[in-house]
Amino acid sequence: MRNNSVIGWLLAAPLSLVLLVFLVAPIAMIVVVSFWGATEWSIYPAFQFDNYEFLLTSDVTYRVFFNTLKYAAITWVITLLIGFTVAYYLAFHIRSLTWQIALFLLCTIPFLTSNIIRMISWIPFLGRNGIANSTLMSMGVIDEPLEWLLFSDFSVILAFVHLYTLFMVVPIFNTMMRIDKSLIEAAADAGATGWQTLWHVIIPLTKPGIMIGTIFVVAQVMGDFITVRFMSGSQSANVGRMIQNDIGLLQYPSASATAVILLITVLLLIGTLLRFVDIRREL
Amino acid sequence: MEPRPRSFYVLTAFFILFIIFLYGPTLTIGILSFQGPGGGLTFPMRGVSMHWFRDLFEQQAVGDIWGSFRRSFVLGLMVMVTTVIVSVMGGLAFRKRFKGSSILFYLIITSLVIPSILVSLGVGLIWSQSGLPVHWASSGFGAQLTWTLPFGLLIMFAVFNRFDRSYEEAARDLGASPWQVVRHVVLPIIAPSLIGVALFGFTLSYDEFARTLLTSGSYNTLPLEIFGMTTNVTTPVLFALGTLTTVFSLLIILLFLLVVWLLNRRRARQGSDAGKGMI
Repeated sequence: MRNNSVIGWLLAAPLSLVLLVFLVAPIAMIVVVSFWGATEWSIYPAFQFDNYEFLLTSDVTYRVFFNTLKYAAITWVITLLIGFTVAYYLAFHIRSLTWQIALFLLCTIPFLTSNIIRMISWIPFLGRNGIANSTLMSMGVIDEPLEWLLFSDFSVILAFVHLYTLFMVVPIFNTMMRIDKSLIEAAADAGATGWQTLWHVIIPLTKPGIMIGTIFVVAQVMGDFITVRFMSGSQSANVGRMIQNDIGLLQYPSASATAVILLITVLLLIGTLLRFVDIRREL
Repeated sequence: MEPRPRSFYVLTAFFILFIIFLYGPTLTIGILSFQGPGGGLTFPMRGVSMHWFRDLFEQQAVGDIWGSFRRSFVLGLMVMVTTVIVSVMGGLAFRKRFKGSSILFYLIITSLVIPSILVSLGVGLIWSQSGLPVHWASSGFGAQLTWTLPFGLLIMFAVFNRFDRSYEEAARDLGASPWQVVRHVVLPIIAPSLIGVALFGFTLSYDEFARTLLTSGSYNTLPLEIFGMTTNVTTPVLFALGTLTTVFSLLIILLFLLVVWLLNRRRARQGSDAGKGMI
């Protein structure tokens, strides 16, 4: 038994080392620096609560956190609806495994290309003279270009949905593929309509996949700064942007304090979600 | 086969719209990158030309994109190899409970869900406070691993959840040592999944932005270079670059898929003939 543990440790050693140096130590460093002080051009070691005090007494902080949660909530609802529908279609309406794999890959490939390019690619669509506006105008739906298509909350959410729906599709599809098809037949034999089967059989059995997808999407949106910056044209803020701004001004202690609070928020959220699902069993 | 219900057609339409939503914008910039020399960032096309692709080869127009491409490529390979090796070792370790395994598991999850900018900031601070120069091949490399390793490990967990242990038992019964079991039984069986881990390792690194932002030092990786361009380049040269790197990513994905396909075909050909009678 002892021998087993030793082999386990040896095998896990490289992983532990990477995570210690590049995850645990950086978090510890951020926590330490969040108590430091800063001048305009340098930071100095200290143990003061100024950064937190400033952060927690400013209503900008609360507005920005609220905005971040708003993005996460809206993105979550939309990605869940789209992701579930797509996964449902692939798992229950496509009948051959080959086609299922092919279409699944088709959904997955964009995930492996650059996020930044995928954001840039919305410009020709949403810009003042973009495809959306010119199409709507030539159809006579609108008289002048819509201003809120690009550089707005709308475009931020659109980009989030575009980038992260995949994180919903993959785990939900994975769980759905494990549902025993005879359960569906049994429901039909017992006289359930399609909707009843969906609501009382498929959705309850898909919950673990939904939870995993939720964890991915919420974590990505909560921690984002680049999508909000790029797609809102720096007009909207979320917590990530706040941190990035402080970094740009070399205010590392205050960036660290914000980062600590963001990390606590994210871990609390994810920790709550993890109570509903055993990730390792569901993979 | 029973006839398709009406919901099938509705959902098919939905799925097609979803695919258009996924690929439409990328295809659009693909088309627009062939914009004529006088064209702008959106339609109409003012002629068709390779003008903006040619621009990519001129230093003044775009900065050091080829240098950054080279760095991203090398870094991608480094991260890929490390991710595969560390994930396989980790995956094997997690097949048995060992002391501290649940803590390590939660660290992996943390590594996945932690806002990327925290990794960037933390690693950057450690390096700067200890007086080390941040460099893409040291601090950048490590920071990217915190993003690729969780994916590699999740894939390995999924693989080992489905792994039939009786193959190993059979090998042990035949007198194989633990190392021989891993080398000649486990690794060949999981090989196609390792290609998947490698693909994730490479592409996630190649496209990684947030965790590399404060950890790559003065030599940019390609995504950082592209992001820099978005603030000061307002010509279709941006689209040309986007198209080129997307095509590169797609070629890489295709290459990996091809390798998986070949592996599977070879396996099918050399597969066991047990139960098929005497030959």
